[in-house]
Amino acid sequence: MNKNREIYILFFVLIAFFIVSVVYLSFGWLDIWGEGLGIITAAAITLAMYSFLYKDNPVFKIAENLFVGVAMGYSIIIVWYNILKPDVFEALILPVFKDTGNAPQYSVIVPTLLGLFMFLRLSSKLSWLSRWSFAFIVGMGSGIAIPNFINAILLRQLEPMLTPLYSGSFWGTVNTLLVLIGVVSVLFYFFFSLEHKGPIGGISMVGIWFLMIAFGASFGYTVMARMSLLIGRIQFLLKDWLGIIQ
Amino acid sequence: MEKLLKIDRRIIFVLVALAVTIPLLFRFKMAVPPTKHVKSMYDKIDSLPKGSHVLISFDYDPSSKEELQPMALALLHHCFKKDIKVIGMTLYPAGTGLAEKAIKETGKEYGKKSGKDYAFLGFKAGSSLVILNMGEDIYSAFQEDFYGKKTAGMLALKGVSSLREIDYAVNLTAGGIYEAWIVYGREKYHFDLGVGCTAVMGPEMYPFIQSNQLTGFMGGLKGAAEYETLIDHKDRAAAGMSPQSVVHVLVVCFILFGNFLYFASGRKQ
Repeated sequence: MNKNREIYILFFVLIAFFIVSVVYLSFGWLDIWGEGLGIITAAAITLAMYSFLYKDNPVFKIAENLFVGVAMGYSIIIVWYNILKPDVFEALILPVFKDTGNAPQYSVIVPTLLGLFMFLRLSSKLSWLSRWSFAFIVGMGSGIAIPNFINAILLRQLEPMLTPLYSGSFWGTVNTLLVLIGVVSVLFYFFFSLEHKGPIGGISMVGIWFLMIAFGASFGYTVMARMSLLIGRIQFLLKDWLGIIQ
Repeated sequence: MEKLLKIDRRIIFVLVALAVTIPLLFRFKMAVPPTKHVKSMYDKIDSLPKGSHVLISFDYDPSSKEELQPMALALLHHCFKKDIKVIGMTLYPAGTGLAEKAIKETGKEYGKKSGKDYAFLGFKAGSSLVILNMGEDIYSAFQEDFYGKKTAGMLALKGVSSLREIDYAVNLTAGGIYEAWIVYGREKYHFDLGVGCTAVMGPEMYPFIQSNQLTGFMGGLKGAAEYETLIDHKDRAAAGMSPQSVVHVLVVCFILFGNFLYFASGRKQ
């Protein structure tokens, strides 16, 4: 398709969107002083995002950059009002310079400094200071994570594997047996020290089948997730924006 | 045959869009029978007496809103209907607005007041460390709620000093934070935990169900629709089930059609 035709399509869609918005606002179907303007903006950005399915285009790029910018700006504001302002500014900095009735919490200096050291990665002379922050994070992180993960993930996940095969019901036994065969055969498949021939090859083939079924389940769930996002957006366009469905 | 193998992807997009739009326009009713994992979450909340405390961690952002916000709304409707006190929080900065909107608007429907019937604690950075801190002392982890009110003495938190006193916790997650809730929360402080997750994450939950580390889970829009059905408050998720089913049939047809063409063309490269 030639470029001029694509530009005409783009302009046609933009003009159509503008007309629809003006009609909805002038008839009062969307309230400009309430949520109306926000809904129109959201509808415009939704359509701009989906325009990528036709072809990469400037409208999509604008919407993409807008999304990243707004998400980042929003996160910075949330971090300031929820963390930096109450935990650092009001707890430490403000009481130092002004009588707020609260004593400055000097213990906040340590985490604040460690946080600031992270930004020193940008300086070639002072970047070594950031290692202190990383050392603290890695040390504390592994100290907390290792024992807890061994207990909560490794040991607790082993428990269901160690239950008796006969669980009192026929289907319960079948289920336990399937789990047992599945785990053992998949482990055999990932055992690369021996060539997958003979009985080992046969067991690992069973493992492949179990893996295929697991991937199939994951694929099914993934399709469902992607379609859910599309359904949600189309519901928004038809219900909140155009008011066609209730 | 060659032409069909090289079909323009945009034709498929149009068909998918139609498969979603038409069922939404011409609604047809579909039964949404609840699965046992969703039912066990519902039963857990339903069995709680008035004034119990349910903690909901809204750990998602707008990119997964379509799947997780309906779950959040369904859970909130259930809790408020049963006069259960809700403690809301988020470990995702971009999820704060969605969480606040859900809890505030649903609370308003039932005449519930912030600080008295529910507490929205807002966002705190550090995920696993926040959970550990809450496990020791909820008031030191969140000294103020999202609106800047002191949490100490807040009526909505009366009787709760740490995660140990929480009657039920639900983590609505779009990422790996559910693991932190299991490892640093449920396993350490021994409270019942349920998870609402995106459909993509659904298969990851089964091992935790089997080991009884989760009481149940809701997976994707389908999970939310099941919960809406259970509380008899059918909303967006339940309405989304008819297009979901149609589009799934379409995807299956595409797969069968693609495979048929592939084999019929003699597996040519």
